[in-house]
Formats: sequence, C-alpha cells, structure tokens
Amino acid sequence: MYAYDELDRTLINERVSEFRDQVKRRLSGELTEDEFKMLRLQNGVYLQLHAYMFRVAIPYGTLSSKQLRALARVGRRYDRGYGHFTTRQNIQFNWIKLAELPDALADLAEVGIHAMQTSGNNMRNVTSDQWAGVAPGEVEDPRIWSEILRQHTTLHPEFSFLPRKFKIAITASEHDRAAIKVHDIGLRLYKNAEGETGFEVLVGGGLGRTPFIGKTIKPFVHGRDILSYVEAILRVYNQYGRRDNIYKARIKILVHELGIEKFAREVDEEWKQMGDVGLTLDHSVIEEVRSRFSYPAYEKLPHMPDELKQAAHDPLFERWRRNSVFPHKVQGYSIVTLSLKPVGAPPGDATSDQMDAVADLADRYSFGEIRVGHEQNLCLPHVAKRDLPQLWKALDRIGLATPNVNLVTDIIACPGLDYCSLANARSIPIAQELTRRFANHDTAELIGRLHINISGCINACGHHHVGHIGILGVEKNGEEFYQITIGGRADEGAQMGTLIGPAIPYAEVADVIEDIVEAYLALRDRPEELFVDAVKRLGVEPFKERVYATR
Amino acid sequence: MVTANRTWDGVVIYRTAQQGWSANLSDAAIVRTSDEARTLLGEATADDVGAIGPYIAPVELKDGGEIKPGNLREHIRSEGLTIDLLPVPA
Ligand code: HEM
Ligand code: SF4
Repeated sequence: MYAYDELDRTLINERVSEFRDQVKRRLSGELTEDEFKMLRLQNGVYLQLHAYMFRVAIPYGTLSSKQLRALARVGRRYDRGYGHFTTRQNIQFNWIKLAELPDALADLAEVGIHAMQTSGNNMRNVTSDQWAGVAPGEVEDPRIWSEILRQHTTLHPEFSFLPRKFKIAITASEHDRAAIKVHDIGLRLYKNAEGETGFEVLVGGGLGRTPFIGKTIKPFVHGRDILSYVEAILRVYNQYGRRDNIYKARIKILVHELGIEKFAREVDEEWKQMGDVGLTLDHSVIEEVRSRFSYPAYEKLPHMPDELKQAAHDPLFERWRRNSVFPHKVQGYSIVTLSLKPVGAPPGDATSDQMDAVADLADRYSFGEIRVGHEQNLCLPHVAKRDLPQLWKALDRIGLATPNVNLVTDIIACPGLDYCSLANARSIPIAQELTRRFANHDTAELIGRLHINISGCINACGHHHVGHIGILGVEKNGEEFYQITIGGRADEGAQMGTLIGPAIPYAEVADVIEDIVEAYLALRDRPEELFVDAVKRLGVEPFKERVYATR
Repeated sequence: MVTANRTWDGVVIYRTAQQGWSANLSDAAIVRTSDEARTLLGEATADDVGAIGPYIAPVELKDGGEIKPGNLREHIRSEGLTIDLLPVPA
C-alpha cells in the first residue's frame, strides 16, 4: 500500500476545484467546447457515443479497499452501477454527466484517487507488474520506481506538452507481466554482475496503427540515474518528435526513423551534456519513497495447511486453485486472481456491488489490498493459503470465481463500437460469443494457455497485435469485418501476430476462432505445447488453410 | 439528420426542425439535399453551449414515415448497447 503525502493531496484537491470552475464556465457558455476540450481531457474526460467517459488512474495497479469502495460509489452514484477496468491499470466509467463530474472527482480525491494524465499528450499513468512486491524472485518492488517517475513527471511542464502521449511500464521479474516491450519506455529492473540494482531500458514499443516491439537502448542504467536518463530520452523526443503529423508523433516512429543505434547515441550525448541537473537520486530519496510502501505483517504459516488439503478433494475448488492461485514470496500465502471474465459478460467490467464485495473480501483476506492487472482482471495479493477455500466460496457467490485465468475465455477486449466513437466494429459481443463457445472449462483447460485480444479499431486499445489470437475490427462497405492474427505475445518474448488472411464478417468470427483452436489441438505435438509455440513451430499456413479452405 | 451529444450530460440528441434538440430520433429534422444538410449543421454548430460535436448522419425512412438510424453506429447511439451487461447463466 502506498501513503500519499500532503503535497499530493493538496494538488489533487486544487485540481478538483479548478475543474469544478471550468465545468461551470463550460455549462454557462463562457468556455467553448474548443477551449474546454483540452481541459476535460487533462482530467480524464472523453466523449464517447452515448455519453462522457471518465478515466481514472490506478497508479501501478494498487488499490486499498477504501479506494475500491470509492470507485464503487462513483459507479453507483454517478454512473449505471458498474465500471470497466482497462489494459493500462485505469478504470473507466461510461455514463457520467459532465455536470456531475466535479462531484465524482471530489469523492475520489477524498481517497487520494485522481484522473490526472489519463489522457492528453503527456506522461500517462506509469504502469507496473500487478504482482509487484509479492512475486517470488522479484529483484525489488518496482512500484518504488514507478512512484519516483510518477512524482517527477506529474504536471511537469516539460512533459505536459509532449508531441504525443507517453507511456512507461516497469517490471522487476524475469516474467514480464507489465508488457514493457509495447510501451514507449519499458524498464526492466535487475541486479547486474556487481550486485547493483539498475534498469535495462527499452524504447519505442507501442501498438496502434504502426506497431513496434521496444528495443534496448541501454543494457544497464544504475537506479540512481534513472530519472536523468529518462529525462534525456524525453528531451531527445521533445526535440525531434514529429508534431506535424499525429500518426508519426509517437516515439516509436522517431526510433524507427533514426534507427536504434543513432537514437541511443543522441540520448547518450544529451545525457552527457545535461551533466548533473539535480536528477541523480540520493539514497535517502529512494529510501523515503520505499518507506511509503507498507507491507502486511505476514504470519508464519505452513506451506500446506490442513484447510487446503481438505479442500483439495473438491474438484471444483481444485480447478479454480490450479487456475487462479499463484505462488507468493512469503510461505503460506498466495496471490489470487479474480477473473472479470465470466461466461457471457463484457471483459473487464465489474459492478459496484462486486467492487464493494471485493473490498470486503480484501479486508478480510488480503490485508485490505487489491491489484489491477493489464489483462483486465483483479487480484488479491496477500491471501493466507488456509483461507483459500473460504475465499473461493465467497468469490463464487459474487460471480468472480470463473476458473479461466489465462485460458481461452480470459479475453482482453476494448469497448469497441458499443461505446467508442472511434470504433469500426464491435468488440464486446465477439468476446461474449467466444466465452459461450468455450464455456466448458474442461475443454478450456485442455486447450491450455491462450490469450485472445480484441480491438474495435486500429488504435489497438485491446492489444490485438500481441494476442496469441488477435482480432481487429475493420469496416467494409458499412459492414463489420475482422482481421485475425495469430502468434502474437506480450510477455518477455513479445512479438506481433501474423495476419492469416482476408477479413471475416461478424457472424463468422466465432466459427473461425473455433476452427483455429481445433486445428491447434490436432497439430500440437504434445499437450504441453502452447498455442503460441505451435504457431511458432508450424507457421500460419496450416491454420490459414483450415480457416479458408472451406470458406 | 444532424446529431450530437448534449453538453451537460452527454446524452445523444437530434436537431429538430424547430431549431432545438431532442433525445428522440423521431423528432429529428430530416433533410434530403446536401445544401439543406449544411444549413441544418450550421444551425446546430452555432449552439456550442447546448451540444458537442454535431455531424450529419444517415437515416432510413420506413413505410409510414418511421425514422430509423441509417447505420450500425447510429443504431447503437439511438438504441443503446447491443450487449448484455450481466453474465448470461451458462
Ligand atoms: C472508449 C474510449 C477510448 C478512446 C476514445 C480511446 C482512444 C485511443 C486512441 C486514439 C489510441 C491511439 C493513440 C495512439 O497510439 O496514437 C488509444 C490507444 C490505446 N488505448 Fe485507448 N481508447 C479508449 C478506451 C480504451 C480502453 C477501454 C482501453 C483498455 C481496455 C484502452 C487502452 C489503450 C491502449 C493500451 C492503447 C495503446 C496502444 C499503444 O500502445 O500504442 N483504451 N486509445
Ligand atoms: S481500439 Fe479503437 S474501438 Fe477500441 S477503444 Fe480503442 S479507439 Fe475505441
């Protein structure tokens, strides 16, 4: 958990009253929409098809039960009783009235939550591993560094008017759960041969219209130098980034055009010239931030408590445990993922009632802490193993124990044409139909790990490029069509998927995905060979043939 | 027709023939030529306080004069989500 200081609280409160005033002036006609648009975007307010959409940041995916209750309340009081968790550790509300937004912001400010930098051409929410601080084998808690970067870049004048939005993600584990290779800057924390803690720095990753995998520009930057090094990157970007063409303005395009070697040289040059600009982090500064993250007082518990041994006789519990419970760095504890992907429901949505119930369960079983991951699921990070059977029953009662984490029905999907004004096609009903087709959990387990990601347009909010199966909505003569890619991945081996052929009409998408999965089951060389690995070994041809031979 | 979102709450609205706005598509002013459409859009755009982002969108006129949205996007704006929000029991 993180304790905000007075400065942050004052800042958040000032922003709320400022926005209240701006909304008042907009509604009275004193401000035109042109003047107001940038102001609302700076507070996370977009316009969608039916209403305003309000995006709230959940820094590095960490929430207290109190904060989650505040989000539930916003959903209930100002929206239609639910919220949508996004792929960048934010939550969106889809039906908020502009006139009531200042009140919603004020309610959230009471618990230290805000919507700063959730939109606009600035530094966005710095995301991190949702298992930060609890994952076994982690170098150290990456949120310390997310927080240092967040403090430095929040409302920093130089970074508030970048050529385009800018996204940073940090991981401190071997296995990358933060998708650092598809971010503008990806940071991997590790210890070098001398035992010093520092970062491998990647730049230029991103999805959208022109997808790129981030490349390493510096294999090791010492922790104390990370702010100045990131600043050097941003300065080079600020200087060369294309402001003339929105499609070319992201840093990935600059890195691509200059080439990674030249870009790295420019950054190094800038870094040298900057000299000591007061950005070197003192040990005491790092320790100060570290001290704000508190960890629970864990008990000394057995690795295999009796409660767990007994529950193991229940096959339904066992299935959920296999699927949703992960090792914790402390013996006797587990990390538990709560699937927001029940069969037939929109991926990533949670009702206010569910949020309240999760907050209560977090208080009872997880030291009052909840995490949000980029796969649009929630997580309880500190659950004593002896409590797992009780927790499972409680989750099942509120519809959050679907045993499908990382399986074919754990789908990432953007809001698509049901909500989004930029969409070509719908995403959510495709996801819903797929969860019905693969509703049998035995089949899903047999298929194994398989990530399906769906976006309703090329902006790629649903990360379709890096889905094991990616589905992208396009429009053909006013009809919804979908391009299918296979073989993408978002982890440490990040890679873009390959298009299998011509786009497919709405009504056939679920059939096509079933065909692809059936082809995989027939072609895999052993049950442990994952879908992505089979695609890597075989290429797209056999899948393509299966899909198009009869169509 | 010309459609937009209402400023204070974001609700979908349609420009009426009486130079106002309505949340019902059946109240929308229907135009048939591009000149008429431009005029209607001009009036709508002039109301910057009441509405955001007005644009011209297609409609379909049914026998009997019923007005229907002319494409899927407008259908969703007018009729709401095409999805069930709560999980369907399997
Ligand atoms: C419905 C309102 C939304 C709008 C209008 C919107 C708009 C956009 C746009 C225009 C881009 C592309 C910008 C660029 O890369 O140059 C984008 C990218 C992105 N959006 Fe959204 N988005 C929305 C909702 C969401 C949601 C719900 C999610 C998560 C589920 C999301 C996650 C992302 C991500 C991860 C990217 C980055 C792709 C990249 O790495 O380049 N967005 N969004
Ligand atoms: S990918 Fe396109 S359709 Fe989906 S939310 Fe993003 S902008 Fe909207």
